[in-house]
Amino acid sequence: MVTKTPLLLRALKKSPWVFHVGTSGCNNCDIEIADCLTPRFDVERFGIKLVGSPRHADVMLITGPVSRACKEPLQQAWLEMPQPRAAVMVGSCACSMGAYKDAYSVAGPPDKVLLEIDPDAKFIYVPGCPPKPETIVMGVVKLLGAL
Amino acid sequence: MAPIAEWLFFFLIFPGLLFSVLLGLVLVWVDRKVTALVQWRAGPPPGQPFWDVLKLMGKEVIVPAQAWAGGFLGLPFVGLAAAGIAATFVWVAAIGIAPSFGGDLIVVVYLLVIPTLAVIMGGAASGNPLGAVGSSRDMKLMLAYELPFVIALLVAVFQKQEIDGELVRAGTMSLSGIVEFQNDAGSILLRPSGAIAFLVALLCAHAKLGFVPFDLAEAECEIGEGALLEYSGAVLGLFKITQAVLLATLPVLLVTVFWGGLTLTTLGVLAFLGKVVLILVLFVLIKNTNPRVRIDQAMRFFWGPLTVLALAALLLAHLGL
Repeated sequence: MVTKTPLLLRALKKSPWVFHVGTSGCNNCDIEIADCLTPRFDVERFGIKLVGSPRHADVMLITGPVSRACKEPLQQAWLEMPQPRAAVMVGSCACSMGAYKDAYSVAGPPDKVLLEIDPDAKFIYVPGCPPKPETIVMGVVKLLGAL
Repeated sequence: MAPIAEWLFFFLIFPGLLFSVLLGLVLVWVDRKVTALVQWRAGPPPGQPFWDVLKLMGKEVIVPAQAWAGGFLGLPFVGLAAAGIAATFVWVAAIGIAPSFGGDLIVVVYLLVIPTLAVIMGGAASGNPLGAVGSSRDMKLMLAYELPFVIALLVAVFQKQEIDGELVRAGTMSLSGIVEFQNDAGSILLRPSGAIAFLVALLCAHAKLGFVPFDLAEAECEIGEGALLEYSGAVLGLFKITQAVLLATLPVLLVTVFWGGLTLTTLGVLAFLGKVVLILVLFVLIKNTNPRVRIDQAMRFFWGPLTVLALAALLLAHLGL
C-alpha cells in the first residue's frame, strides 16, 4: 500500500494515465474512447494519456459486459495496476449489462467481477450507448476528485 | 573550492543531474507540445512532465514474481547516473567552465550507451516475454546506430585547418578542443564533411532517443512499451527522467561537436539554446512524419546508407574539406 499524500493526489489529478480494457463489448464505446484522443477533444490537455501496460496506468477504462472468457484476464490486469488505482465503467453494458443481461455467455458486470478480488476497488459509472467523449472525460475527472 | 567539491557540484547540481533533469523535462514538454501542434491539437500544459514524474514517484512499485529484483530495481539508477555524468561532461565542455581532459569525447560516447544498456538489462530482468522482445530489439538497434554515430563524431576529430598554406590536422579527442578548433576555424557544420556528418549524427541521436520511426524497442501498440512493460511507479519514473536527461544531452552534444560551443554573453546563450531547440524541433518533425520501421529495415538503414555517408564524410575531412 502507498500513503496518499495531498501532493500525490494532486499529481494524480494532473496526470491520470489510462489503460483501456474491452471485455467483449460491441466495440462502440471503444471507438468513443479513441475519439477522446482526437484533435477535437484532445485529452492530453488534461494530462490524460493512453498507456500500453496496466503497470503504467492509474485508471482503467472498462467497456462491455464481462464474458466468461474475459473474467480472469480482467481480474489479472486489475491486480497488475499499481496502487492507487481506480476504474471507469464506460457505457451501459459495463454499468448494468445492458442488452446482455441474463445472457448465458457473460460472467457479470465488471464492477462485480472486480469486487470479487479487490473489495476496496473504486469505480465510477458513465452510462450511455455509447457515452459521448466529453462524458467519458468528465467521468475520469470526477473519479479522480473522489479518490 | 577544492577540485573534488567543484566536480561534485558539477555532477549533482549544475550542469549535471539537477539542471539536466529540469531542462530535460522542459524539453519533453516542448516535444509533446510541438507534436500536438503538428497534429492540430492544443497539447499538454507546461507543467505536465513534472506532474507525470511526481505522480510516478508516489505510486506503488510492483516487482513481478518472475523478475530478478536486484537488477530490476537497481538498473534505473545506473542508467540515470550514467546519463547525468554524460550530461555534465558535455555541458562543462560546451560552456568551458572547467578544462576537459583529453579523450572525454570517448568517455561521453561510452556513457551515453549505458542508459540504453540499463533499459535492455532491465527489460530482460523483468522476466516478461514482451520485455525480452523489446530488449532484443533495443540491442539490435543499438548495434546498428552506434557504428555510424561514432564515425560521424570522428569526422569532427579529423578536421583539418589551413595554416600558412598548409593543411594541419587540428582535431583532438577532447570536446573543449573541438570547441576551440571551431572558434578558430568556424563551425564544422559549415564544411561539406561536417554537414554530412551532422546529418548522420542527427539520425543516430534520433534512434538513441528511441523516437519514431526508430521506437521499435518501445512500440506500445505491438509489444506494449517493450522493455519498460513491467516497470511501475518510481522506477518507471527514473527511466522517464533518464530519457529526459538524454533529451537534454544529445542535442547539446551535437551542437557542441558540430556547431560551436556556448559563449557566456546574453546573445551567446540565446544562440546556443536556439540551436538546441532547433535540433529538438527537427527531431519532433522527423518523429511526426514517419511511420515506425521494422528492425531489419532499421539495421539496413544504419549499416547501409548512413555508414557509407559517414565514411564519405570522413574521407572528405581527410582531404581537408
